[in-house]
Amino acid sequence: MGAYILRRLLIAIPSLLGISLILFTVLALAPGDPFGELASNPNVPPEVRAALRVKFGLDDPIFTRYLHWLTAMLQGDWGFSFASRVNVAALILQRLPTTLFVVGSSQVLALLIAVPVGLTAARRPYSLADQVANTLAFVGFSLPTFFTGLLFILLFSIKLGWLPFVYQADLPGTGLPWIWANVRQAIMPVAVLGFFQAASYTRYVRASALDVARLDYVTTARAKGLTEGTVTRRHIARNALIPVVTLVALQIPAVFGGAIVTEQIFRIPGIGSLLIDAMLANDTPVVMAVTFVFAGLVILFNLVADLLYGWLDPRIALR
Amino acid sequence: MAGSTLASPSDEAPALARPPASPGRETWRRFRRHRLALASVGVLALLVGGVVFGGFLWPVAIDDIDFAAQLQGPSWDHPFGTDDLGQDLLARMIYGGRISLAVGFAAMAVASLIGVLVGALAGMSRRLLDPVLMWLTDLFLSLPQLPLLLLVIYLFRDSLKAVFGSQGGVFLMIVAVIGGLRWMPVARLVRAQFLSLREKEFVEAARSQGATAAHLVRRHILPNALGPVIVAASIEVSAAIIAESTLSFLGLGFPPDIPTWGRLLFDAKDHLDVAPHWALFPGGAIFLTVLSINFIGDGLRDALDPRRVL
Amino acid sequence: MADPVDPILSVSDLTVSFRSDGRWREVVHGVSFDVGPRETVALVGESGSGKSVSALSILRLLPRDASRIGGRVRFAGRELLAAPEAEMRRVRGDAIAMIFQEPMTSLNPVLTIGFQIAEALIRHRGLSRSAAEAEALRLLDKVRIPAARSRLHEYPHRFSGGMRQRVMIAMALACRPKLLIADEPTTALDVTIQAQILDLIKSLQDEEGMSVLFITHDMGVVAEIADRTVVMYRGRAVEAGPTARIFEAPVEPYTRSLLAAVPRLGTMAGRARPMRFPVVDRTTGLAAPTPETPDTVQAAERPVLEVRDLTTRFDIRSGLLGRVTGRVHAVEGVSFSIAAGETLALVGESGCGKSTTGRAILRLVEPLSGSVLLDGEDIIGLDPKALRARRQRMQMIFQDPFASLDPRMSVGAAVAEPLLINRLAAPREARRRAEDLLARVGLGPETAGRFPHEFSGGQRQRICIARALALNPRLIVADEAVSALDVSVKAQVVNLMLDLQAELGLAYLFISHDMAVVERVSHRVAVMYLGEIVEIGPRAAVFGDPQHPYTRKLLAAVPVPDPARRGERHALPDDEIRSPIRAPDYVPPERLYREVSPGHVVQDRGAGWTGSAAGEAAA
Repeated sequence: MGAYILRRLLIAIPSLLGISLILFTVLALAPGDPFGELASNPNVPPEVRAALRVKFGLDDPIFTRYLHWLTAMLQGDWGFSFASRVNVAALILQRLPTTLFVVGSSQVLALLIAVPVGLTAARRPYSLADQVANTLAFVGFSLPTFFTGLLFILLFSIKLGWLPFVYQADLPGTGLPWIWANVRQAIMPVAVLGFFQAASYTRYVRASALDVARLDYVTTARAKGLTEGTVTRRHIARNALIPVVTLVALQIPAVFGGAIVTEQIFRIPGIGSLLIDAMLANDTPVVMAVTFVFAGLVILFNLVADLLYGWLDPRIALR
Repeated sequence: MAGSTLASPSDEAPALARPPASPGRETWRRFRRHRLALASVGVLALLVGGVVFGGFLWPVAIDDIDFAAQLQGPSWDHPFGTDDLGQDLLARMIYGGRISLAVGFAAMAVASLIGVLVGALAGMSRRLLDPVLMWLTDLFLSLPQLPLLLLVIYLFRDSLKAVFGSQGGVFLMIVAVIGGLRWMPVARLVRAQFLSLREKEFVEAARSQGATAAHLVRRHILPNALGPVIVAASIEVSAAIIAESTLSFLGLGFPPDIPTWGRLLFDAKDHLDVAPHWALFPGGAIFLTVLSINFIGDGLRDALDPRRVL
Repeated sequence: MADPVDPILSVSDLTVSFRSDGRWREVVHGVSFDVGPRETVALVGESGSGKSVSALSILRLLPRDASRIGGRVRFAGRELLAAPEAEMRRVRGDAIAMIFQEPMTSLNPVLTIGFQIAEALIRHRGLSRSAAEAEALRLLDKVRIPAARSRLHEYPHRFSGGMRQRVMIAMALACRPKLLIADEPTTALDVTIQAQILDLIKSLQDEEGMSVLFITHDMGVVAEIADRTVVMYRGRAVEAGPTARIFEAPVEPYTRSLLAAVPRLGTMAGRARPMRFPVVDRTTGLAAPTPETPDTVQAAERPVLEVRDLTTRFDIRSGLLGRVTGRVHAVEGVSFSIAAGETLALVGESGCGKSTTGRAILRLVEPLSGSVLLDGEDIIGLDPKALRARRQRMQMIFQDPFASLDPRMSVGAAVAEPLLINRLAAPREARRRAEDLLARVGLGPETAGRFPHEFSGGQRQRICIARALALNPRLIVADEAVSALDVSVKAQVVNLMLDLQAELGLAYLFISHDMAVVERVSHRVAVMYLGEIVEIGPRAAVFGDPQHPYTRKLLAAVPVPDPARRGERHALPDDEIRSPIRAPDYVPPERLYREVSPGHVVQDRGAGWTGSAAGEAAA
């Protein structure tokens, strides 16, 4: 297992390098050279501009520039935002917890829905319950998050007035009311993102559980006289979740994509809305840094998924 | 074994009473059994027909500004209502839908083409190419797609606009970027299919009869690998439509003069309280399109999956 | 023995239906049989006879929504089919236990074997987990798993197929069942392992005093183990009775045709040439006269195929950098030749390299070294174009007729394809030739437009033979070509192959693990073990006077379909088949061979050879 973790860690490094290379290539190929634009932006004072020119080594060969850029990125030396004149790293660190909170809770919600519903649906394939779950799942992942978000606002904020539709990271107050206010404002974004993911995860769990349910060892388990519940929990669920982990890992980039949309709809001050705002304001250092952070997060969570996979499947340590 | 032990006729007595059943006909017979998929074909045909020919039935200009009819709900004059400039939403949706659907199908074509190519190359190579291509595929899979899409559009939009014009440039770029970031599932699928098919006895048999690698791929491997690819490609269409709508919804896709469904939602979202119809019609259109494509994909999966018993 | 009073299990008028395409289809039509205390009853039949379905329906293990069971199943005075599900669960794994065909897939890969054995004890005996695992350890010892204590907490992937089947048996015996249902428990195993498992089941049955319901398609296994036999055919029990009576004096035509098609090891003594299987009409039970096969071997000519020192190894790479950490020595210094019209059988157990040898000869895998002379010309080292031209003279038939045909191509197109690939005929001409070829293997020309899924396994194998014949080959490599077929179909395909050999003077390399079929079809036999030929010679010599200990062990392990000869087999040591994986720096030793009689050559390995892992290590 230790060797397995080490191997996954080592594999993550070339991935990170590869992603950084792709990002850098996009930037380098971009017309009007964002680096140059950065250094020639009229908002930047002349002395800062000169420092930037040196820092980015604009006249160096391309590979040297990549190395410079990468070391700067890895050291968290991400420069200053044009728009707010704040250190980009500080800006992102301030916004990151909100994003992680919303994304994390929505994933927990998605799995809490998907695993039981998927397993139940697979127990009686093509039964009424299965068909209802299946149809709902289809509806769920055919509803884009931006549309569900608007529908939720329309229903719960405008028509019913139950929930606030603008998210505030720094709500005033203390104690229970403060916690309740936080929960209330998180309900809609978390639900929007969670339901969308739950729909596709339900399909994965169901398909995987159906595959496992027809395997011989499940018949063996039944032949031992175990109850259906035990068979499902002990023999089907764990085996069925192994491929689901891989599929969920593949969804991670999409999850962060969904986070950008939800943050935009509910005006959540996370790094997703930061990215959009920065783009609309031509704030290149922030755009670059946030994209890089997203890439890092995806790799991090892929690593987590790999470890989970190794923990679920005893055969994995051999490979 | 166990659960799926269905009796099969083992005798040499030919079970050939029925007329010959080609794989294509079998597939259609199974597809028809998926009623939601069958209905979805109808719905999708209506939607596609609507956006393609709707312009002739509803010849209203999309940029006819009428401040007297701002933010009106559905009426006989404006079946889908109007926006904040009094422009007719039905006409705008017919026009924008064409773009949305075209992006979906074109991006699917790009993604499938790249995916099949990469997957086939990886699946047929026995040496270095396969690990390199798969590493690249995995790398692309772990790219944060939406941020990267946004980044590319943010950086390249202006120069493309200058070359290809506002509509063409943005269209080309969005298709290329969505297709270029969504080929990986197809590539993986094709590779997996190739790896398993090229070891199959019927491929070995053809090899031992003197078939060249090109013949094997063309006659045996590719036709048998296509089933899952078709399923994946159909899902790709809906994913690309959602991707385009997302970009437009974030204000970074098509410009305001090209009212794709996502763009309409972007414009509508600040008027939800007074003009909910403005968001509901385009949102509903996206939902219906995506849903029917997904159901068709599911029907195709059932029809093309030989493992299904019930 | 067969005690008519108080059967422990009494199945009467059992019917089973399945739903497919929304319609109910009955597959078992009113089957009745009894199993007495301490008795072993075999349910025997070909695929589709409903034997496994009947067994599963006794425990009601068929998918509930897609199946319907009718009739009565009385077990120890209880009516099982009417019992509520909760009561049924108390019976399963306690009073009735079951083992399955596929040991590789019958164990849950994410749970330790100790826990999987303990599960039934926890459920039915209410033991604590630690007490149950202590009992599991005792059971593992009982089924003779070496070093049981250290293996208790291992996962199934560390066990070989034979060992997994032992674990399955331990699991089934956990609660000391009164009845053990064994559904083809040895079908997926090699013949020596099969013999061990059969011995194990027999001895455990004596110790525990349980009854066994044994489902199998193998008449040899039936003769070996069953007190009474129920023959099933198309969902009906066509004949039942004491095993000896069934074998000696079968009454029903189907039983007679089945027994006629069963190859029996040892019946070929005194014959030099292969022999067709007798054909018994399924409805009348009358045997047609068996024509003698002509002498087809062209011994005077240069052999069609000469293989010298063929060696094929596969690297095993692992770790981050993909270093070679081991090597599979699949084929090591194999030499033999085949004359025109001759059948050389290559026999051995799984992993012995016999299939790789066949594929290396066609260069479907690239051999590491050695030479393969086809009509005197070495095809190793030929460029792809020249190789394609030579391959026309040697063709291959594979084990799995379902995988051997492209599902998207009509069988006419499949048979015509080799002609078109090699530009030997125009499309119209190729189609006509394909119809001729199909007729030659006994399929009408109207079948040419059909697709593979419309044919049965035997018919598909005929189509594959027709396709192989399209290029007028001199040599056909038949890789387990009849192993997956039902016994009566197998006999027909073997007869077809013999007829074609007589007509066309074909040479066969007949790769098989089935000693009884090999005895029937081959002129000469080569026995492979761990990538090497340990014994080769005329069939009569190798079967009549086996010299190498491994050949003897292999022959001793084959179950003989004759209840009168039961128990003649001596016990086999409980060892596993060794793997041909070696360290990367392994250098295979020089081998010495001695000629026992003309053409009968044996690998000489000194007196220390035992065929067991320990013996090997010492050698």
